[in-house]
Amino acid sequence: MILFFAALLLAGMYFTPIWEILLDAPQYPERLGMKIHIDGISGDLNTINGLNHYIGMKVIEPDSIFELKIMPYILGFLILFGLVTAVTGKRMLLYLWFALLVIAGIAGGIDFYLWEYDYGHNIDPNAIIKVPGMNYQPPLIGSKQLLNFTAHSLPDIGAYFAFIAGALALYVIIREWKSSTKKV
Amino acid sequence: MTNMKSIFTGLVLMVLAALIISFEGCSPKKDTKGPSLSGDEASKVYVEPGKYDEFYYFISGGFSGQVAAYGIPSGRLLRVIPVYAVNPENGYGYTEETKPMLMTSYGSIPWDDSHHAELSQTDGVPDGKWLFINGNNTPRVARIDLATFRTVEILEVPNSAGNHSSPFTTPNSDYIVAGTRFSLPIQNKDVPISSYKENFKGALSFIKVDKTTGNMGVDFQIITPPFDYDLSHSGKGPSDGWFFFSCYNSEQAFTLLEVNASQKDKDFVLAINYRKVADFIAQGKGTMMKSRFAHNVFDEKTQTATTNWIEEVKTINAADLKGMMYYIPCPKSPHGADVDPTGEYIVAGGKLAAVIPVYSFTKMIKAIEGNQTDGEIDGIPVLKYEACLSGEVQNPGLGPLHTEFDGKGFAYTSAFVSSEVVKWNVETKEVVDRIPAYYSIGHLTIPGGDSKKPWGKYLLAMNKITKDRYLPTGPELTQSAQLIDISGDKMKLLSDFPTIGEPHYAQAIPAELITKNQVRIYKLAENMNPFAIKSPKEGRIERKDGAVHVYLGAIRSHFTPDNLEGITVGETVYFHMTNLEQDWDIPHGFAVMGNQNSEMLIMPGETCTLKWVPDRAGIFPMYCTDFCSALHQEMQGYIRVSEKGANVPLTATGGN
Repeated sequence: MILFFAALLLAGMYFTPIWEILLDAPQYPERLGMKIHIDGISGDLNTINGLNHYIGMKVIEPDSIFELKIMPYILGFLILFGLVTAVTGKRMLLYLWFALLVIAGIAGGIDFYLWEYDYGHNIDPNAIIKVPGMNYQPPLIGSKQLLNFTAHSLPDIGAYFAFIAGALALYVIIREWKSSTKKV
Repeated sequence: MTNMKSIFTGLVLMVLAALIISFEGCSPKKDTKGPSLSGDEASKVYVEPGKYDEFYYFISGGFSGQVAAYGIPSGRLLRVIPVYAVNPENGYGYTEETKPMLMTSYGSIPWDDSHHAELSQTDGVPDGKWLFINGNNTPRVARIDLATFRTVEILEVPNSAGNHSSPFTTPNSDYIVAGTRFSLPIQNKDVPISSYKENFKGALSFIKVDKTTGNMGVDFQIITPPFDYDLSHSGKGPSDGWFFFSCYNSEQAFTLLEVNASQKDKDFVLAINYRKVADFIAQGKGTMMKSRFAHNVFDEKTQTATTNWIEEVKTINAADLKGMMYYIPCPKSPHGADVDPTGEYIVAGGKLAAVIPVYSFTKMIKAIEGNQTDGEIDGIPVLKYEACLSGEVQNPGLGPLHTEFDGKGFAYTSAFVSSEVVKWNVETKEVVDRIPAYYSIGHLTIPGGDSKKPWGKYLLAMNKITKDRYLPTGPELTQSAQLIDISGDKMKLLSDFPTIGEPHYAQAIPAELITKNQVRIYKLAENMNPFAIKSPKEGRIERKDGAVHVYLGAIRSHFTPDNLEGITVGETVYFHMTNLEQDWDIPHGFAVMGNQNSEMLIMPGETCTLKWVPDRAGIFPMYCTDFCSALHQEMQGYIRVSEKGANVPLTATGGN
């Protein structure tokens, strides 16, 4: 039952943003932000792209990000896997599912980091503003000062759904493990 | 002898000196600047940096042809909105998109005298949608959209002159009015001025306002006896459906009005049952009169104004409106005609009167039903003064002009001559408080003070004489407004601040009714201006129908294109510039050296067009005039102009 619920929680990621990047600067009291969804990016993308041209950062075009196209299918697979695990109740499947969740999470994090690295370091040599030794890579998670902007990178609702789903899976594993050791 | 004489002379001098000294000592000190404030007034008008004011006040600019938006209680000037006056500061009246706004049957006019601001209302309460304002000199009414703070419509009013009793609204803003201050020959003709009584007429125009679009059109004009129709207000509640116009010059003078129009003890308030008139007109009554006047509308989708010519107007003679119009006698030369929040009382301010008459709507209706009349003027019955009167305010100050209400049972009347605001009880007609104005107050404004629901916290006095209120600026001084706290029993002066032009009236409204509808940018995707470009890639230059069209994109911090060649001397060049930004408060500006034209400011997502006819060959810089970014100073380009017949190909390069 818990696993069933956990798998359905993952489905919530289709409807909610997974990650959020916020930018604070004196001239943006209203704060700029972009939200990363399973299949795209929303928020003040145009404004952020407009500002990024000063430092020579590439234009962020969601259409050119391959991962955003395949992630909905990966998520679908994970949900399906979770549901099958819940219905069959096989322990091996459960271990596998949990492992997949963890791997997906880590892979997602690494991928996100690599994109951030690329945007932050792959700077146009003719950039208007050049600061020696400066890169503009936003933090993976947390806050960082980038010229006049403080960039914050935070999990959004979708990510919490995934965390909870993973935690529930782990809880079931531990519970099963405890009850099986008792039997022994 | 000589000794005696000199002693005597000495004594006389001493006595004189003593007299002079004592006289000096007795010379009464005059307090002209008002009490020095010692209480918590400062904290009442202090709005912390970064915080918003509680009210918007829209103060007319009078001879500046503009409206100014102020924040109250701080008195901070937020914005000057050009209406009837060209504004080289942002290109209003100069860009091809806005030029048609100032078109009239007399041609384009760069100026007018904007007197009375009037907020649109829903159910008798200001709703924050539109602000109407009249043009007094060349009769017009204008509508400002309060989502964008832009003038979006100007309608010329035919058969009118000195459009003063305007643009007052009905409780649901289905009509605004335009009453003529100068009577004229209808369909203006060449007649002897001395034939005033036979040839001159007044015209009261009822302008229909579309509920959703706000578009205005003259529904009908009532042709009246040639008095000077000064101010007006619609009824509300029980008096809904009626309009009240004050009028002076019932003497029908046409020269030296100062004296000749001040002879009679009583002039009139004209009461019109306009709903009945509208029904009457709807039945096909009245005549279509040939006329020609301009109707200028700014389309927010194409961001372009167009002039439509209206060729006729429906008129009806007052004499044909039996049972729909009545003159009520009113003490000497009334100015304001103001209706209290309940709609029962109509207050007229007789400039030369010793009392303020307060009419009762209920009694007026009884007088009509009981036929209590005192003859008629050109077929309009004159009701008996006493039969309509609820009471008179005694000792109301000299030169009572205009009255507003606080919604708590009190009225506030400005007294021009005695330079004060007089507070009185609407029911008892007793004066309960008075406070000086510095100096010679004209109109006053309480937020919603002429509506069903006043927000009776502040009163703004708008004064005609400034003198020593501020640091002097030569012979020409600013005008002065005073903010008065009316939340307690006693009125309290809080602050004064200078105003633009010459305010004739203001309207005020709680800020949130305006802020909730504010537009921050124009969406580029919805920009339907035929000359818009949606990306820098579309930037180009073309020669078409004998003119050169330059399509410019502006984005921080460059124009695309920014090098133009192939233009020749004497050609007409149109710069169509689109601000491609989609970020709040990032306007770009545009100007060209030597252009006999203004600059233009283009808001995010907007397209504006500036005309240029180069008169000599050479290189002409163009640049962004609005500090848009750290590299604003780099936002520039060059235009090459060649002699006529030169063989330089037309090219546009640069930018990205």
